[in-house]
Amino acid sequence: MRHLLSTKDVSRDEAIAILDIAEDMADVAHREVKKLPTLRGKTVVNLFFEDSTRTRVSFEVAAKRLSADVINFSAKGSSVSKGESLKDTAQTLAAMGADAVVIRHGASGAPRVLADSGWIDAGIVNAGDGTHEHPTQALLDAFTIRKRLHGAGSRGRGLDGVSVAIVGDILHSRVARSNLWLLTTLGATVQLVAPATLLPVSTAGWPATVTYDLDAAIDAGPDVVMMLRIQAERMNAAFFPNAREYSKQWGLDDERVGRLPAASIVMHPGPMNRGLEISSGAADSAQSTVLEQVANGVSIRMAVLYHLLSGTTEA
Amino acid sequence: MSIKIVGAQLPDGTSQDLFVENGVFVDEGSAESTIDASGLIALPGLVDLHTHLREPGFEQSETVLTGSRAAAIGGFTAVFAMANTLPVQDTAGVVEQVQSLGDQHGYVTVRPIGAVTAGLSGERLAEIGAMAQSRAKVRVFSDDGQCVHDALLMRRALEYVTTFGGVVAQHAQDPRLTIGAQMNEGALSNELGLAGWPAVAEESIIARDVLLAQHVGARLHVCHVSTAGSVDVIRWAKARGVDVTAEVTPHHLLLTEELVRGYDSRFKVNPPLRRDEDVHALREALADGTIDIVATDHAPHPVEAKDCAWDEAANGMVGLESALSVVHASVVESGLLGWTDVARVLSSKPAQIGRLDGYDSPFAIGSAANLTLYDPAASRTFATTHLRGKGVNSPYLGRQLPGRVVTTIHNGYLTVSDGELVDADTVARDGAARG
Repeated sequence: MRHLLSTKDVSRDEAIAILDIAEDMADVAHREVKKLPTLRGKTVVNLFFEDSTRTRVSFEVAAKRLSADVINFSAKGSSVSKGESLKDTAQTLAAMGADAVVIRHGASGAPRVLADSGWIDAGIVNAGDGTHEHPTQALLDAFTIRKRLHGAGSRGRGLDGVSVAIVGDILHSRVARSNLWLLTTLGATVQLVAPATLLPVSTAGWPATVTYDLDAAIDAGPDVVMMLRIQAERMNAAFFPNAREYSKQWGLDDERVGRLPAASIVMHPGPMNRGLEISSGAADSAQSTVLEQVANGVSIRMAVLYHLLSGTTEA
Repeated sequence: MSIKIVGAQLPDGTSQDLFVENGVFVDEGSAESTIDASGLIALPGLVDLHTHLREPGFEQSETVLTGSRAAAIGGFTAVFAMANTLPVQDTAGVVEQVQSLGDQHGYVTVRPIGAVTAGLSGERLAEIGAMAQSRAKVRVFSDDGQCVHDALLMRRALEYVTTFGGVVAQHAQDPRLTIGAQMNEGALSNELGLAGWPAVAEESIIARDVLLAQHVGARLHVCHVSTAGSVDVIRWAKARGVDVTAEVTPHHLLLTEELVRGYDSRFKVNPPLRRDEDVHALREALADGTIDIVATDHAPHPVEAKDCAWDEAANGMVGLESALSVVHASVVESGLLGWTDVARVLSSKPAQIGRLDGYDSPFAIGSAANLTLYDPAASRTFATTHLRGKGVNSPYLGRQLPGRVVTTIHNGYLTVSDGELVDADTVARDGAARG
């Protein structure tokens, strides 16, 4: 694997290999010296055209734990300019000798453009592009699910037979897209739950079932309920009337959590809107994996950088 | 200048020697030069009802001269220049300037299109009468790039343009349904995470406009029809007797949205590339006459406007140089259209819609000598070396395309000879001599 652009391109074997490497990386976090020499001398650039402190810090910690040199490059435009162009930035980074570029961009496909452009010869990691994909989020979600279900016996396993309900703004969610491909590749079944306005007009070709009814989805007893963040601007664009109605129909409140099987887990990629798509009770419950997801994010990103840069898996 | 063309096959399949003298076809004469056209098809000079020449205002993208050269190498002898220049072609002065630049360069007849609304703002009518009565004698009015979306303003435009024997060429796109739109809306836009441009945003405007045109008894032309649903609406309108004509671009006849998959912005265009079903419906509509003409929507952009992420890239493709080959590949090779049909959809009919004289009886003795000689047996891997305008944003680069324009004659003088442009000074001199 040279780049990680989309989970759609990731095979089951590759995905399990990354999850297994992440298991090893997670062990590093429990050592006294949380550092491996693996990527010493390699340069990883965090190229963020959009603000995301959480994701950037997660990648930064991951790269540093592998002893890579990390450069944070914030290319966000000011109010007067559109910001530096992707091409100029890429060529600048190439001139500096970047080995891997972790890119977050507001435009769908920007990481792919970077990978195909010939402007830079570095491994590209998609850290979220527009409303397209966020592959490392899906990998860390899969890792989290696997860990909860199989604990120390996780290595080598997929997610066969696991049922996952993804709830919320499917239409605009890169997290939903990446999870859809990855979870189904690993053998899970996915149900999408949202109002019709927040579902794509066509889900033809998507390996998922679709329902508008969260209560029915809850009562089916899914192994995993994954809540997505709702953006305030969706209300103003008439996707739904107001927060109260959304919360009532599609929010994971205490009562709905109570109806889930005790073994079901509740996930959220963060940052959460407590009281809107998820209640505090649900977010802080024993079933919630919100903080594990954050911790696992570092392990997964270490695994991805290792996988791309160590050269051992180069085809 | 007098030219004898020997052995060309006319669109109807017959062979006939052609004599050109003093700008018109003549019976026969003593030619100064002879062109051996055996194996070539003689088509009437092609007419493009939808070209963006970009001058004045966007000379980094194209000029009247460079766009005219791109047209000539593509076999065109007349182009209609869209109004979205800067300043906008919304006054007599600007349209006269564009027309005179075209005349001065001489590669093709340049007919300026006037804006429907002042500054393309969609708020109040442009000086349509002044443009119609100017030296440029504008007959086609369009806000192309923008839709005349206000229903009342569209009604008034249709009525007012009728006063001057003109036509409104509508860019059918509901602006509210296409906010931020990046590609055809459907399963693929959903997968790629690109904001959708739904077919209904085009079809609903066409439906409204054909009803308006019927109500006020006006002529309507629909630009770049791109969906199967639009074809149904236009077919229905024509059956009702609405005076509507429609165009399709070469790229909508050949390319589908699948090309967007790699986020290569050369394939970003408005209206967007659609589904395979749409492409087939458009081809059939062109064959059965529901769609009247092919028009290029030649839209040159500087390299930096395309060298970026998909969302940030400009819409548009260059198309003049490749149009005839793409029509050949998409509808002639598939047997849907013969060469007489090609002559109709790329020459006589667009001229008729645009009220351009001299194209109604091709090759007739005494009529203007506009023609192109086309080698249908040629095949080439299309490349930037085949482009003659400033833009290199062609979606066909690297693609195998049939055919090649060998000769273009505009008003009786050569603009393309042996497959290459005649130099600008010679063309300008020959054009000036023709007056």
